[in-house]
Amino acid sequence: MSDAYSEEEFLICAVRRLLPARGNGAIGAASPIPGSAALLQRELTGGAFTVSMIHGTTNNPFTDGGRELFDCAGQGRVDVFFLGGVQIDGSANLNLVGTGEYPSLDRRFPGSFGSAYMYFTVPNVILFRPEHSRRVFVDQVDFISAPGTSPDDVRRPGGPRALVTGLCIMSFDRARGRFRLDSVHPGHGVEEVRDNTGFDFDLADEVAVTPEPDPAHLDILRARIGREVAGTYPDFAARVLGFQAEAGG
Amino acid sequence: MVGSEPASGTSPNTDGLTGRQFHGSFLIPPRLKVFCMKQLANVAELAEQVPDGALLAIPPDYSYVPMELIRALVRRGVRDLHVLAVPISGMAADLLIGAGCVRVMEAAAVSLGEAGLAPRFTAAVQDGSLTMRDSTCPAIHSALQASEKGVPFMPLGGIIGSDIVKYRNDWQVVDDPLGQGNGKILLLPAIKPDVAIIHAPLADRFGNVWVGKRHELFTIAHAAHATLATVERVQDANLTEDPVMAAGTIPALYFGGLAVVPGGAKPLGLGPDYGIDMDHIRAYAAEASSQDGFDAYLKREILQGNAEAAS
Repeated sequence: MSDAYSEEEFLICAVRRLLPARGNGAIGAASPIPGSAALLQRELTGGAFTVSMIHGTTNNPFTDGGRELFDCAGQGRVDVFFLGGVQIDGSANLNLVGTGEYPSLDRRFPGSFGSAYMYFTVPNVILFRPEHSRRVFVDQVDFISAPGTSPDDVRRPGGPRALVTGLCIMSFDRARGRFRLDSVHPGHGVEEVRDNTGFDFDLADEVAVTPEPDPAHLDILRARIGREVAGTYPDFAARVLGFQAEAGG
Repeated sequence: MVGSEPASGTSPNTDGLTGRQFHGSFLIPPRLKVFCMKQLANVAELAEQVPDGALLAIPPDYSYVPMELIRALVRRGVRDLHVLAVPISGMAADLLIGAGCVRVMEAAAVSLGEAGLAPRFTAAVQDGSLTMRDSTCPAIHSALQASEKGVPFMPLGGIIGSDIVKYRNDWQVVDDPLGQGNGKILLLPAIKPDVAIIHAPLADRFGNVWVGKRHELFTIAHAAHATLATVERVQDANLTEDPVMAAGTIPALYFGGLAVVPGGAKPLGLGPDYGIDMDHIRAYAAEASSQDGFDAYLKREILQGNAEAAS
């Protein structure tokens, strides 16, 4: 990484490049980097890309309670959503519940949230997990919170498109049910990705280097996005983007 | 105070008004009558209306959680609760679990958000002392909507193939019975909480409670047998007669009790009234990482902090 930007800022800009020029992005729990990326994209598209922060006091357009996001997604009104996982496997199955044998588990994590629904209903789900290790990227998840693919007799307009980690960006081929390595971040290599990934994946014809952040984008991020993201992630806004909310905010 | 006697007068298991069976065996006072100010309870009296073993619905940490009522439940020593988070929880669930009040936790997730894992929940699942019924957000919303409508179950898209379905023997995947071209579909039984608890910025003298756009609280109140509310203040008006306020007002008919508790959501936030106290939540996360630490927090903040918070 360079001195010109932090790792978080690099990832925000990398995620931002995967977003469409128009459409509706929704941000769920524990997603400050994707949230910042979506807000940056809104800024860069002059508002053609819209953002709904579902737990936010700001940038939260919903007025009908917690179910409204899911009802919107079920109708196809949400174009982009972000999910992560304690474990993610090569079939893009996500585990947000814990490791070990269910139900007692060795390590319990918070739970599946809305993943089991949003993964089926949102056409562009971007998986985001900065820690790129064999602990996270496993051959087979211990618990499937949300499956990566579904048989033909299950209606599924949505699913995974891409995976962004601290090392690389992969795309997901839904027909093949496999990830493909598209780019590796500066200073890292294909073998390093392989060494730290517990599942087999395909390679793009030419694996690129993930571009560094555009300095103009970093300026916008620092000047304007901290304030916007603080309504949902005050700690993150302060630590990464240097924005301090007023007391009680 | 923990381990004190449970509420008295709880023997019949039907409602005197309608004769309906409740989930647990207890009686909620008749509620289909007009509230007036002189019937306001205090928070300890509300806590007594939550019987041991109840299916108790609680809002998510970002949506008007009645934390002082949660603390009063801990002080009353409620036991064997089946806590339903609508659809997630954090501090509220973790306090009840750490204090030994919960037998079953049903949620899409339990977490302290930016402060990390909910420590007592995590420990209790890992040591097997808590039964966790894993769900997913829209499944909880939909199952409550079934109760709102008085229908026995609700279909929901997605989710099929998740291990959540495998471990929920009350859920069923069926072929689309109406042949609408959707293939298989998941059916969820209605969830009808015995009691729901909320905190709100405002009530009026008739017992109508204003929650603004926090409409999951409407869903909880509609679905539960009765809802207990704590509020910041009571206004001498009728909120249902003002169309602006009425849109965010839950009518009195859903409530079984009401108490005025200023600051009743703290250390969580309450919309525009006050923000979440993240320093408190972070300090709790660190202290409650062991049961001894939690017990110290419990003694200091809940059992001895009683006098300060009493209204």
